[in-house]
Amino acid sequence: MKRTATLAGVPRWVAVIALAGAIFILLPLVAVINRVDWPQFIPLISSESSVAALLLSLRTAVASTVLCIVFGVPIAIVLARTTFAGQRFVRSLVLLPLVLPPVVGGIALLYTFGRRGLLGQTFDVLGIPIAFSTTAVVLAQTFVAIPFLILSLEGALRTAGTRYEAVAATLGARPTTVLFRVTIPLVLPALISGAILSFARALGEFGATLTFAGSLQGVTRTLPLEIYLRLETNPDAAVALSLVLVAVAVFVVGLAYRASAVPTARARVAS
Amino acid sequence: MTQIRKLALLVVGAALVAGLAACSSATPATSTSPKGTAAPKLTGSITVYGAASLTATFTELATEFEAANPGVTVQTAFNGSSVLVTQIQGGAPADVFASADTANMTKLMTANLVTDTPVDFATNVLEIAVPTGNPARITTFADLAKPGVKTVVCAPAVPCGAATLAIETATGVKLTPVSEETAVTGVLSKVQTGEADAGLVYVTDVKGAAGKVVGITFPESSKAVNTYPIAALKASANPKTAAAFVAFVTSSAGQKVLAAAGFGKP
Repeated sequence: MKRTATLAGVPRWVAVIALAGAIFILLPLVAVINRVDWPQFIPLISSESSVAALLLSLRTAVASTVLCIVFGVPIAIVLARTTFAGQRFVRSLVLLPLVLPPVVGGIALLYTFGRRGLLGQTFDVLGIPIAFSTTAVVLAQTFVAIPFLILSLEGALRTAGTRYEAVAATLGARPTTVLFRVTIPLVLPALISGAILSFARALGEFGATLTFAGSLQGVTRTLPLEIYLRLETNPDAAVALSLVLVAVAVFVVGLAYRASAVPTARARVAS
Repeated sequence: MTQIRKLALLVVGAALVAGLAACSSATPATSTSPKGTAAPKLTGSITVYGAASLTATFTELATEFEAANPGVTVQTAFNGSSVLVTQIQGGAPADVFASADTANMTKLMTANLVTDTPVDFATNVLEIAVPTGNPARITTFADLAKPGVKTVVCAPAVPCGAATLAIETATGVKLTPVSEETAVTGVLSKVQTGEADAGLVYVTDVKGAAGKVVGITFPESSKAVNTYPIAALKASANPKTAAAFVAFVTSSAGQKVLAAAGFGKP
């Protein structure tokens, strides 16, 4: 087929649609910046409740990211490297939090870890109160964020292939040694970018937290919940806090891009 | 021609906003295609924005209004009053606004978006809601402040939270809630699921959740009575029908529906 008018192989109409799409994504951001009450910006974001919300958000998002790594890495390895009956089904279930509305996730968590939930009694006996605690926030965030890590890591594992692992095994390395000396270093960039994406998703979590954990300053009221509450009384503060969240998110996504730029290069070398 | 086009744009806009409002949490708006066939006195479609606590009653009132006025379509959208005010100020094509408190209606009046003086059409008071079985054995308002009792209330920023605060101030009982929810529905769900031992919600919420929560009335609730005003909005493309809906809500037929749901007389 003969291509007419192309931009480095990309049809012009694709570029035009891409531009429209980019404007659609960027314009709301511009609108937020435009609405910020700049002279009041610092006082608005440094109020006691704002700072408490921001610190809580950062703390819980870091904790969730750690949980995502601890549980997500093994899940990704099992999904990428093993074969078992019903694997496709398991994969789609594991990725379910990605497509579920967070509120539904919150309801599901409530009926699992809530006081009258499946495991609620167990945790009560163990002396770990979950209802209305920061633990509940971390659980909600982990639930919605873990698919991001699994997806990114599983893809990288498949792309990297098993050649190096096979070589290491023939040289006498045990599976655990292979995992830590070969597999993980090979997919480290994807692991980092996956972890950063999980962190970003955890930071933005709203629905599941509100449904499952409640909302109390310094305990469960994270930045998104604080923004929603401020919208009721002080929209200026809500806008200012939104911008803070946007800034953190942009920074984090930028980090993720930098981390994920490496694996493509490596994958090319490997293949 | 241009008028038809304008109308089409309006309808599309209304559908979009209703859809967005539904996304933003609350109940999905009942979407019905506007039918402008037989034209008696009133025609067209109106969109009613109502406070979250009016969800059940206003859905019923809309259906009754449609039945009484064939050819009229009433679309409804429910959310926290202040969220709705923000949306209306942002240009949402609402024809009627019913608020859960006077403060939010005043915001619209100050912004000069309301046609006439709003009419008070109902009142609501708080009630203690406990899970079935009342595990913490709550009987009075003071019980909510007992150590070990997990009480959930609305944040002071929302009307039900303001009412809670007013009662606390009036009685001198200081609550230490485990959660301050952004909407009364949040409090209700925390009680329904048994996460909380008790919550402060409206009398009408307890009535709406009969069988799932138990209501405990307390005399101090009279210290904070919420008044619900309703008004037609200036931006309405269908002011006649909008005004008729406001009149219907305040009529005896409308008041009967509200009373049945537990609302008090204004």
